[in-house]
Amino acid sequence: MNRKQKKVKSYRQPLSESRRGFLGTTRNIGLAILGGLAWSAYVDEAKANRLLLRPPGALGENDFLKTCIKCGLCVAACRNRDGNIIYDEKGKRIGTKEPTLRLAKPGDNKPLGTPFFIARENPCFMCDDIPCVPACPSGALDLNSLINKKTKKLDINRAKMGLAVVHKESCIAYWGLQCDACYRACPLLGKALTIDMQMNKRTGKHAFLLPVVHSDICTGCGLCEKACVVEKAAIFVLPREYAMGEVGTHYVKGWDSNDQQRVGGAKSIHTIDERSKQKAVDKLNNLGGLLDE
Amino acid sequence: MSSVKYLILRRVVQISILLLYFAGNYYGWKILVGNLSTSVVFGKIPLSDPYAVLQMFVAGAVISSNILIGAVIIFLFYGILGGRAFCSWVCPVNIITDAANWTRRKFGFDMVAKKQPSSRNLRYWVLLISLIISFFLAIPAFEFISPISMVHRGLIFGMGFGWAAVVILYLFDLFVLKNGWCGHICPLGGFYSIIGKFRLLKVKHDSEACTGCMECKIVCPEVQVLHMIDKVSIPVTSGECTNCGRCIDVCKDNALGFFLKVENNNKKGEINNE
Ligand code: SF4
Ligand code: SF4
Ligand code: SF4
Ligand code: SF4
Ligand code: SF4
Repeated sequence: MNRKQKKVKSYRQPLSESRRGFLGTTRNIGLAILGGLAWSAYVDEAKANRLLLRPPGALGENDFLKTCIKCGLCVAACRNRDGNIIYDEKGKRIGTKEPTLRLAKPGDNKPLGTPFFIARENPCFMCDDIPCVPACPSGALDLNSLINKKTKKLDINRAKMGLAVVHKESCIAYWGLQCDACYRACPLLGKALTIDMQMNKRTGKHAFLLPVVHSDICTGCGLCEKACVVEKAAIFVLPREYAMGEVGTHYVKGWDSNDQQRVGGAKSIHTIDERSKQKAVDKLNNLGGLLDE
Repeated sequence: MSSVKYLILRRVVQISILLLYFAGNYYGWKILVGNLSTSVVFGKIPLSDPYAVLQMFVAGAVISSNILIGAVIIFLFYGILGGRAFCSWVCPVNIITDAANWTRRKFGFDMVAKKQPSSRNLRYWVLLISLIISFFLAIPAFEFISPISMVHRGLIFGMGFGWAAVVILYLFDLFVLKNGWCGHICPLGGFYSIIGKFRLLKVKHDSEACTGCMECKIVCPEVQVLHMIDKVSIPVTSGECTNCGRCIDVCKDNALGFFLKVENNNKKGEINNE
């Protein structure tokens, strides 16, 4: 019997029951780890895309992603909201327009199955009755966040879906042309979006009518973005976490008594050493021997 | 007589449910709005997928009372009554995987690849792993990849590349693994297998009437549950049976039938098979 045959033979020997079981289990554990890691990587990647606008009242993105059950009830409510239904002359319902909200489908490159909207295509019309939010069964759209503290009623103006941002180089108002399309489209015009007038030094006799967004009022509905007349909107809505900076706690407005309260209880610390024993002025006046030399 | 009674009944149920959801979105009907993750019946009764809710819970979400009630209703319905009936009577993927299975049989692919390289217990592992990932990534993990929701949502709210999921499932079941998705991998099927263990609706076998033709074993998507065929007269107890009734359809000898186990001591049971 030569070597080769020997090898084949030993290979063909049936595995013992326990060895078979062990190999089988090992294989399964290996496959489980393989699958689990690939799965985690995918899910982690999928939830990383935060560049999207959520419906009114949505929880913060992390909570939203675990709470939204992807049922689409908000989407159905948005499609069937009052202003969206198309009637024929006899008043019979013949269809609906495309709704603002949509569920992310494969190919949208958004967290799969979650509701979002694209403002340039279909902005949120800020419905007074906000049909989408009470429809949400999971609490991913938080009704309470939209209740006006004074009137105790639903108030769409409290929504914070995003924040409109102006790219001034592509906004023709900054060129000196008269536009104000966004300003007129804004449901909160004069509050969320104001016109700042400045002199046009180039012509010397005209004014710039510049759109300026105020982040405390803007809801991020995107009606301005939809209305913008240039090819790729010069005013556009971004998720607030992308559109806003943060000062942090180490700057305080000295002229604002409210802001002052933030540091009301603060105490300064004085460290005294050889050099700071004297006031700086005294020290300079007291150069002593140094001048004599 | 081999019949297609339950097959047709199932398709009617599956497609009607889909149509109701579709009308809920597109025509504003109130009968059934939402999708299989969560829906609202007649604008009042919530229904939720208990497995999705379990993942949300593990991920650390606050579960609203609506969702919880919905999940309990569905849990009790399948847990007490139907078992895995969700799979064969509701889930849209079942239509795809049944089609793959049919193609396999028709063209004899079964003959080429006889050995099944994977264990049917895989689905319980997938179920476990989905919960572990949900916990660590704080996100309902299966809901982000589920081809069931992809297909179902797609049919109601727009498909996108969701068609790819349909094709992948079909080809996978056809060429890679027989009953691959529904019979080996799908954790939702696994979930219903577990909770359906003590279901009331079961398939009952009468081994005296059985002629051993084994037609039932050819069509059953979970053959292992039919181990008693032609041996003993006991009902199918494994939770993995989907209550699809295909075995009853194809049995020419009245040896199989649905029965509702309300009383335990009724040993032989009533075989109701017209
Ligand atoms: S408030 Fe906006 S998102 Fe909600 S239903 Fe109205 S248009 Fe749709
Ligand atoms: S209704 Fe709520 S849970 Fe359902 S998809 Fe919309 S946000 Fe998610
Ligand atoms: S997004 Fe635009 S239109 Fe909407 S509130 Fe803000 S500034 Fe006004
Ligand atoms: S096993 Fe999964 S995909 Fe198959 S029918 Fe059941 S739930 Fe649907
Ligand atoms: S045993 Fe019968 S009812 Fe159960 S899965 Fe198999 S074919 Fe369907």
